[in-house]
Amino acid sequence: MRQGLVRWAALGLVLGSTVLAGMAQVPPANSPTSASAIPQNALVQPADVAKMLQSGGKTVIFQVGSHLMFSQAHIPGAEYAGPDSQAVGLDLLASKVAALPKNALIVIYCGCCPWNRCPNMGPAYQRLLALGFTNVKAMYVASNFGDDWVGKGYPVEKGD
Amino acid sequence: MHKAAPVFVRHDLHGKRVSLRDERGKVVLLNFWATWCAPCQLELPRFVEWQQRYGPEGLEVIAVSMDDDAGPVRALIEKLKPGFPVVMGDERLGLEYGGILGLPVTYLIGRDGRVAARIAGESDLNDMKSKVVKLLGQRDR
Repeated sequence: MRQGLVRWAALGLVLGSTVLAGMAQVPPANSPTSASAIPQNALVQPADVAKMLQSGGKTVIFQVGSHLMFSQAHIPGAEYAGPDSQAVGLDLLASKVAALPKNALIVIYCGCCPWNRCPNMGPAYQRLLALGFTNVKAMYVASNFGDDWVGKGYPVEKGD
Repeated sequence: MHKAAPVFVRHDLHGKRVSLRDERGKVVLLNFWATWCAPCQLELPRFVEWQQRYGPEGLEVIAVSMDDDAGPVRALIEKLKPGFPVVMGDERLGLEYGGILGLPVTYLIGRDGRVAARIAGESDLNDMKSKVVKLLGQRDR
């Protein structure tokens, strides 16, 4: 009886994993839309973005992930333009950059989850390139926005 | 850590009332997740398994979705049939738990209603399970 229960539990675990594996649309690491595929020279560290804010100039920054996370905390002055794992988010991003000159410095970030697991950064970066923008920087968030920005004491805003 | 876990009342996606206060005396695994979070998808089936196995010993899993919309969440739980409540999170609940600014995040809450552990990011699920089992062995004083 117990063996039967153990077998059913194991089957449930396998089936559950199979169901869920198909639902999280994270591009494979070698996919051009993976965050890991964003070239090194397009990456910018959180410390450098913090310095940009301190310099006082207007920096165009978009959070391209979860709106619920954006509303809890985001980089001051950043606009929400996501989620870029979905067409609706990519279209929102496109609409927000439509009036910008193609050589404008644009910083995108997410921080929903570890960098190589992020479903939003890669597609956002590729969309901006496809729109002709030549100065796109992706803020490298190794673990998550909480640890890599808020936890470092960098400034935050809340709400929309 | 070891502070009282912020209490909340929500309704799960089936409309059933879920109150953290009502779970006093049980060990609660409070998991913040989302359908777009790949590490979360690895954890959920394990939590389903743990609920089945340790539920009789007093484990209660509560999953809080941080998705912006309930649609994808409903679709997922229809397939997964987790056996534990799934509620939609919001900004207020996230902030009460210190800001949910990355996923997954799991709080282990002891039978006394106090936070025993906070586990963030891709975690060692065997280690998490050990923590759960240890908490289950501790009676509420």
